[in-house]
Amino acid sequence: MGSTWDWELFLQDTGGGRTYLDWMMSAWGWTMLVSVLALVVALVVGSLVGILRTTPSKTLVFIGDAWTELFRNVPLLVQLFIWYHVIPQMVPSLQAVPGLVLAVFGLGFFTSARIAEQVRAGIMALPKGQRYAGLAMGLTLPQTYRYVLLPMAFRIVIPPITSESMNIIKNSSVTFAVQISELIFFALQSSEETARPNTIYLAVTVLYFISAFAVNRVMAVVEKRVQVPGMMVGGGK
Amino acid sequence: MLHLDFGFLNWNVISTYVAKGFIYSVQLTIVAMVGGIVIGTLLALMRLSGKKWLVMPAAVYVNTLRSIPLVMVILWFFLLIPAGFYSAIGGQFALAHRAELSAVITFTFFEAAYYSEIMRAGIQSVPKGQVYAGYAVGMTYKQCMQLIVLPQAFRNMLPVLLTQTIILFQDTSLVYAIGAYDLFHGMDLVAKNLSRPVESYLAAAVVYFVICFSLSMLVRRLQKKIQIIR
Repeated sequence: MGSTWDWELFLQDTGGGRTYLDWMMSAWGWTMLVSVLALVVALVVGSLVGILRTTPSKTLVFIGDAWTELFRNVPLLVQLFIWYHVIPQMVPSLQAVPGLVLAVFGLGFFTSARIAEQVRAGIMALPKGQRYAGLAMGLTLPQTYRYVLLPMAFRIVIPPITSESMNIIKNSSVTFAVQISELIFFALQSSEETARPNTIYLAVTVLYFISAFAVNRVMAVVEKRVQVPGMMVGGGK
Repeated sequence: MLHLDFGFLNWNVISTYVAKGFIYSVQLTIVAMVGGIVIGTLLALMRLSGKKWLVMPAAVYVNTLRSIPLVMVILWFFLLIPAGFYSAIGGQFALAHRAELSAVITFTFFEAAYYSEIMRAGIQSVPKGQVYAGYAVGMTYKQCMQLIVLPQAFRNMLPVLLTQTIILFQDTSLVYAIGAYDLFHGMDLVAKNLSRPVESYLAAAVVYFVICFSLSMLVRRLQKKIQIIR
């Protein structure tokens, strides 16, 4: 197998009118697309489930807990296989849904369990008095969440959500197993074709580094923007 | 509506396809856990040693492995370990099980990076005064670590180490990338050979869920116990 480096291979034609570099860049695009869409799903669902778990209703807490345990205790690879091979069989109307959407929901729901855990911890970290104060002022429970608890809780959970956003890029690599043409899928296919796995793996690894670093920087900016003056949220510097 | 029938998953099918993979998954988890904690503890000690030539390589190692997807790391190790290595350690048998052995090595070194962060937090959770007390009664650095700091660090972090091990067990399914024969590979074969994907993948999910959920319940109980001791 190719033990020598061959950077020119990226200029070679794949046989389909584009170079391996084009292919790799499009694979990188798929990685980022799957990750970003899955992050949106995970943030929406995860916040909702996290909030449910802090409400006074036992039923809602149970639903939230069950959701978290279900999606946390099954490997992502197995969850993706369920989305691909089981759910469309059970719900025939989903058979026309493109693979990308299934992968996004698979990765998104998997990550939502972790986000829910962080959001719940963020809400629990607030002094109980804030909730009582909100309710005592005559706010309804949803209003208390909307205007009192969540604005602070979300700021508290930004650092752990940063690391979850970096995790989601890493975890998007698992979607190669369900034929999403992201970076790992590219790495496997193109090394087979070119017999130069070293070169290709290194290039792909570097792209993962860059992606993780970029997310880290973006989230650092977000964290600074939303900081409440005088509050040292998330430890600070 | 689809009709589900798990009847085909009899003892015969399980022992033919699944048992072997299940045993391998457990072996992989245990070896990578023990090896990973040992190497991870050494890495943590290096990072906290205060000596630049020890801190730097350990930090680079840990941060590099933590920024790359596990699947990529699995592929790298499988690519880079030469066939000669396998025949040297176990002859024909090892060569025939290249993917499985490569995964054991990968997970040990990969998980070491994650365990090292846990152990680092654990070591830092022991009050510094205890180390000074150790020095004051004439203990060496090694004695301080061995007799005072590490036992407490390990105990304080036991729940977190075990939680990481549950994640490790789930992650072993990713040996799919190099075709190693693990629990999921076994279920995947059942799905394909017996043409029962729906039931097989559901069964795989249930098996992983039952194992991971019960282990995490045990960890939670342990956590409560340890809290009382502290």
